Amino acid sequence: MTAIVHNVSPGLWRLAWRRLRADRVAMASLAVVAAFLLMLVLSASGLIVADWEQEVGVNYAPPGFVGAAQPPPAEPAQAAPTQPMQAAPAQAVPPQPMQATQALPDNPFDPLADDIRALRAQLAAGGAGAIDMYGVTDPLAGDLAQLRGARGDTSAAHAGAGRLATLPFGADKWGHDIIKKTIKGGETSIVVGLVAALLAVSLGSLFGALSGYFGGVVDDLFNWFYSIFTAIPSVLMILAVAAVLQQKGVATIVLILGLTGWTGPYRLIRAEYIKHKAREYVLAADAIGASHWRKMFTHIFPNVSHVALVQMSILVVGFIKAEVILSFLGFGVPVGVVSWGSMLNEAQNELILGRWWQLTAAAVAMALLVTAFSLFTDALRDALDPKVK
Amino acid sequence: MIAYVVRRLWQMLPTMLGVVLLVFVLFNWVGGDPAFILAGKMANAESIANIRRQLGVDQPYYVQLWIFVKQIASFDFGLSWATGEPVSHIIATRLGPSLTVLLPLTLLETLLGIALALAVAFVRGSLTDRAVMIACTVGMSVSILVYIIVFQYGLAYKLGLFPVQGWGESFWENLLRYATLPVLIGLAVSIAPTLRLYRSFVLDEVGQDYVRTARAKGLGERRVMWVHVLRNAAIPIITHVMANLPALLIGAFLLERFFGIPGIGREVILAVERSDFPVIKAITVYVAAATMVFNLLTDLMYQAVDPRVQLT
Repeated sequence: MTAIVHNVSPGLWRLAWRRLRADRVAMASLAVVAAFLLMLVLSASGLIVADWEQEVGVNYAPPGFVGAAQPPPAEPAQAAPTQPMQAAPAQAVPPQPMQATQALPDNPFDPLADDIRALRAQLAAGGAGAIDMYGVTDPLAGDLAQLRGARGDTSAAHAGAGRLATLPFGADKWGHDIIKKTIKGGETSIVVGLVAALLAVSLGSLFGALSGYFGGVVDDLFNWFYSIFTAIPSVLMILAVAAVLQQKGVATIVLILGLTGWTGPYRLIRAEYIKHKAREYVLAADAIGASHWRKMFTHIFPNVSHVALVQMSILVVGFIKAEVILSFLGFGVPVGVVSWGSMLNEAQNELILGRWWQLTAAAVAMALLVTAFSLFTDALRDALDPKVK
Repeated sequence: MIAYVVRRLWQMLPTMLGVVLLVFVLFNWVGGDPAFILAGKMANAESIANIRRQLGVDQPYYVQLWIFVKQIASFDFGLSWATGEPVSHIIATRLGPSLTVLLPLTLLETLLGIALALAVAFVRGSLTDRAVMIACTVGMSVSILVYIIVFQYGLAYKLGLFPVQGWGESFWENLLRYATLPVLIGLAVSIAPTLRLYRSFVLDEVGQDYVRTARAKGLGERRVMWVHVLRNAAIPIITHVMANLPALLIGAFLLERFFGIPGIGREVILAVERSDFPVIKAITVYVAAATMVFNLLTDLMYQAVDPRVQLT
């Protein structure tokens, strides 16, 4: 009796997965990407960081390992944070206007420190007005405090009751916990990247399928679109569309990126369809009477979908970077929505005041995700390439 | 050759027509009524009607399109909505500063990229090679914004090695004083992707038969790489550099914005911020035209450096 052995040869996806499993860099980067995606799902569903807008720390509370801000002796009500990078800005001769509002921390090396303290004390005693954290006298501060007191509004207080002097990763201008803000910002940036890439790849696949499968006039039409969209550099295209679409919103950025990014997937998917449409399995499908639509998407598409997947993976990285730049410039997410780009925008001005933690948090989180995603994309492309055995 | 150029120019027409249509649809149709943007907060019906008549947007769409085509052909896009400066003057005066940054950047990036790519290809497959490639991936993952913010803060603001921002009148002052840091940052940002790309170009050549022949006749690895491989790898490299020049004009917009360089890229950002449609329209159309012309030049050069290429 001979046993019948079914030798099912492993499919493309199983082989690709096997190759990925063997690649240690790929698995490590996949783990990082998965961790970010898990964080995204948790924060989008409100299970974590739903309270990121709570002002838990004092304004600009430094990270715990830097140490708590020392309130200057002359002004107990004001918590001017010590600056971790304080020496240089205080010593440099002001070369540009940014320094006019430079914070004056209690720098022990500052030869004028005593004078400043004396001046502050004198001003405070004279009741001429409080000095804000930049060392600028505000003659209306007293009135403002009265008004605020009348309205019961304490949000502008520098050291509100119950606010922490340090947070593990520091706080921003309003006292939001940076780590929570970074996760929330990541949610926006990653969602924009993923959805926009999905839109771009869907458009590119659809156009490419129609173009490659039908050829002729359809092909000419889509090639014309392609030549138009590639004649305009993508940066310029994105900015031009951003200028036209007036209402800001997450959906707007997704549209901008998705509608301008379809050309790469289109070119490759079209080439695959041209190659596949004459293969036997498509002729067989034709023989049993399958419709054009069915041949294109039920028969051919699964065989070219690995191209679409790699393209999508490449686009996600590009779109996350693009969203960050757009939001930084103020053409991206609306005010009130936090993304890594809007964090970098805030952090740009904070750095001059020596508050580097928001910049570092947003930059590191983004670099970590993008590095992992890029390495995974490279590995995925290698794993899916049938030429590599 | 001439027949080829003429045919290519002829083929550009539909694409250019498409670009014009696309820009027209975007700005004259999707962009909404410019009169409301221009009239601002103090708008009343009369002033809006006035502005609409001045701009010609009360005309039917085909008349507007014809106006737009005439503007492109005559290089006269009228006045900027934001500053009242003639658009043609804006483009002419912003081109110089952009090129002052871009040309040194492109030159240095290409030379450094080639040198590093050959060096890395020299040790291909080794641990050094892998480490450099992973370092490139990490370097590419940090946002360009972070590079600019940190370098501008660290090198210019804190250490005072470079001016924080600014732009002067004389070319040499601009090139040597104000453009230095932007060029260095641009180099730091672009060297990683460039190196990855050039390395793949070089590695494509290393496997060819002529390389084996060169080795077989006893040439040193150094000579094989620097003479035989480089000459052939230079073809895709030149193509890549040439074809990307027009896009770079806009691509350096972040550098121009941060360092206060009055170039084309910064002008685009300003125009987007102020909804200054004539400026964006003009720059988009001309950059698209430049891209197409450069693509043609690239193909011609391709044939010049590689006699095997037949232009048909």
